[in-house]
Amino acid sequence: MKKKWTDYLWIWPIIYFSLGFFNILFAWLGMIDFILPLILAIFGGNKMFCNQYCGRGKLFRFLGKKLKFSGKRPAPAWMSSKYFRYGFLVFFMTMFVNMLYQTWLVAGGARDLRQVLKLFWTFKVPWNWAYTVGMAPDWVAQFSFGFYSMMLTSTLIGLIVMKLYRPRTWCTFCPMGTMTQGICKLKNGK
Amino acid sequence: MAKKKAFVNADVCVACGECVNECPRGAVHIRKGIAAEVDQNLCVGCGLCAGSCPAGSIAVMEV
Repeated sequence: MKKKWTDYLWIWPIIYFSLGFFNILFAWLGMIDFILPLILAIFGGNKMFCNQYCGRGKLFRFLGKKLKFSGKRPAPAWMSSKYFRYGFLVFFMTMFVNMLYQTWLVAGGARDLRQVLKLFWTFKVPWNWAYTVGMAPDWVAQFSFGFYSMMLTSTLIGLIVMKLYRPRTWCTFCPMGTMTQGICKLKNGK
Repeated sequence: MAKKKAFVNADVCVACGECVNECPRGAVHIRKGIAAEVDQNLCVGCGLCAGSCPAGSIAVMEV
C-alpha cells in the first residue's frame, strides 16, 4: 500500500521532545496537539486528528506494530469504560488548570520560576539546562515547563500501556480523544 | 463454510481509527467521529481490525 505523508507523523513527537530537551520554550509547539483536534471536532464534527494526524498515535503504532514493542492483548475493559475515560479527562483537565494557575502565580510575581519537570504529576526532574533565565518572560517559561511535563507524562503512560497491551491503548482513554468524541456526539446528535 | 464478518460495539469504540488503517479492504470508516462502522459488503472477516482495536470493541462473527 502506498504510504501517505501522515504515515510519517510519528516523527513529530520525537522532534517535539528533542527540541524541548535543548530549549524548553519549544514546548509551546505542543499547543498544536491541543487546539487542532478541537478545531476539527468543533467545526468539522469529526475525529480526523485522531484518525489521521495524531503524531503520538502514529508513534505508538510505529513502535508497537512495526518495531513489535507491543503486546497483543486488548486492554482491560475498564480502561475504555465511560467512567474511566471521563474520570481521566476530569483528572487531566484539573492538572492542566493547576498548571495554568502556577503559570499565573509566576506571571504575578507571587512565585519564582521553577526549572523542573514534574513527571506523573509527582516526581520533580531538574531541567535547568534547557532554559536561560531572561530569554522570555518568566510565565512563558513556566508554562513551557508545565506543558512539557504534561506531554512527557502522557507519552510515558502511553508507552507503558503500549508495551502491556495493544499499540494504541493510550487512545482508549486519551483526554483529547475523549473530548473530541464527546464534541462529535453532541454536534452530530447522539 | 460459514462466512465471517466484523461487528463493532459502538458503545465501547473510541473512534481512534486504528481499524481503518488496518483494514485491507477499506471496509471500515469512522462515522461522524463517534464510532467505527463496517461496510458488510466489503468485509471479508479477516479479523485484522479486531486484532488491532485497543478497546477490543470489534468482534468477528459468523453470519
